Amino acid sequence: MPAEAVSANQIAIDAAYLVTGICFILGLKFLSHPQTARNGNRISMLGMAVALVATGFLLDWSSAWWIVAIGGGGGALVGIYSARAVKMTAMPQMVALFNGAGGGAAAMVAAAEFLHLNPGGSALSWDQSLPIILSSVIGAISFTGSIIAFLKLQELITGRPLTYPGQQFVNGLIALAVVGGAALTIANVDTVPAYFVALGAAALLGILFVLPIGGADMPVIISLLNSFTGLAAAMTGFVLGNNVLIISGALVGASGTFLTMLMSKAMNRSIANVLFGAFGKVVAGAGGAVPGATGAIREATVDDVATMLAYAKQVIIVPGYGMAVAQAQHSVRELETQLEKRGVEVKYAIHPVAGRMPGHMNVLLAEANVPYTALYDMDDINPEFPRTDVALVIGANDVTNPAARTVASSPIYGMPILDVDKAHNVVVLKRSMKPGFAGIDNPLYELPNTVMLFGDAKASVDLLVSAVKAL
Amino acid sequence: MSAHLLTELTVFILAVFVGFEVISKVPTTLHTPLMSATNAIHGIVLVGALLVAVVASPKLGPVLSVAVVFLASLNVFGGYVVTERMLSMFKPRETPTPRDGTKR
Repeated sequence: MPAEAVSANQIAIDAAYLVTGICFILGLKFLSHPQTARNGNRISMLGMAVALVATGFLLDWSSAWWIVAIGGGGGALVGIYSARAVKMTAMPQMVALFNGAGGGAAAMVAAAEFLHLNPGGSALSWDQSLPIILSSVIGAISFTGSIIAFLKLQELITGRPLTYPGQQFVNGLIALAVVGGAALTIANVDTVPAYFVALGAAALLGILFVLPIGGADMPVIISLLNSFTGLAAAMTGFVLGNNVLIISGALVGASGTFLTMLMSKAMNRSIANVLFGAFGKVVAGAGGAVPGATGAIREATVDDVATMLAYAKQVIIVPGYGMAVAQAQHSVRELETQLEKRGVEVKYAIHPVAGRMPGHMNVLLAEANVPYTALYDMDDINPEFPRTDVALVIGANDVTNPAARTVASSPIYGMPILDVDKAHNVVVLKRSMKPGFAGIDNPLYELPNTVMLFGDAKASVDLLVSAVKAL
Repeated sequence: MSAHLLTELTVFILAVFVGFEVISKVPTTLHTPLMSATNAIHGIVLVGALLVAVVASPKLGPVLSVAVVFLASLNVFGGYVVTERMLSMFKPRETPTPRDGTKR
């Protein structure tokens, strides 16, 4: 807790924290362009280093150096190793895991302060206990929620929504326990037990609220959990009276909230619907009723498709999560190169919620050396489809479903989609006729201008590459 | 409400506004690195972790002290390295010169 008589030492440290805050803001500002983004990250790193060095002057090294050595060193080693070793396709779960680590740390810091300020259950003022309880609860939800998100993305537990009867009721009861425990803590009634009830219930709630969320909704959840950890860190700043934590946490909270809203808007659903809708569980038979859908599916051969692509003027590639699963991004890039050699114009259409986190497709294609200037956002590319010869859909499903435009009964009705059906020809690479994440049929496949090429996305694209080469 | 809390609240709210302002300028193509970058930034909680764990009378037991510093440190280092790795891949369209094979 800040003493009233501030030492010169403390002023220097606070000034260093200010530098850190400025570095973080500048770092984020530099992220507004791909060419400056890397410098932005380095400025942010510098800011972090400044804060850590400054904090070093407040620590008691003689008695507790080994905690830094084991905890800090261990965390750094594991963090750096796993961040380097992880495949680009596994990025969303990696981010989820680091996010959870931050949330857990924030909750533990708050718990430590609580036990310190309140050794024998003595009264805390509300402006001490409120930030403590917020930091603990939000951090705990973020910690366990992120771990479940990680397990789902890693497919250690099913990516499908897990639901059971009365789920919302049970979650409601647990949320009530969180609020009740928090209220009793702040009111200084049985403070210690009440605090731990709130903390435990929050941890449980984190698990239970992510379990019913399906894979395709992950972009929203990852953003939301990111925002939670930011808020938890900011609240920890209130607890410790530390401005750098408040500023950084607020920045992250704002960023996570911004992305969460953006993602739910891109799915035309409210955040509440994403959280409580158990979307993807609904197996509605809502197909048909799209003008022109024939009810029949045409399958094409690799050579048909290769010819179609090679003699096209413009091809738009529409990647989805299927491309990530098959790790087909390098093959896709190779196909692009082969087509461009033949004078075909190739563009990529990126739906905001394609994949499992915001911007997932962009980062995968960047890994495969696709220049970011070839990637187009939905609003920029949609007017192009009517003058495009071939739209090549690789492992994307719901984001191309024309039922979203016309079928009012469809669960995805109203969601903005990529207008692939307006291209002269549509080629869909798909493993099987299994419906997409939302569990609904895609009438796109029954349109007269659509052909299907079944198989693993990577294998199919590789075959296309050799077929185009052979032409 | 203490004057101290009010000051902190002021800082918090202004930082939220700055956050929204800055982040709304980030293009969609960089949204994954943005998440990852902000992810690394909330690793600043490591400062808090050190302040409760590495002091003369740690407020948590030795195991929990190590655990809290470990988690926060994992967040910081993992977060920055992943972000750096992602950002190193973003390239504009250039003349098709063979790209150097540096991988990070």
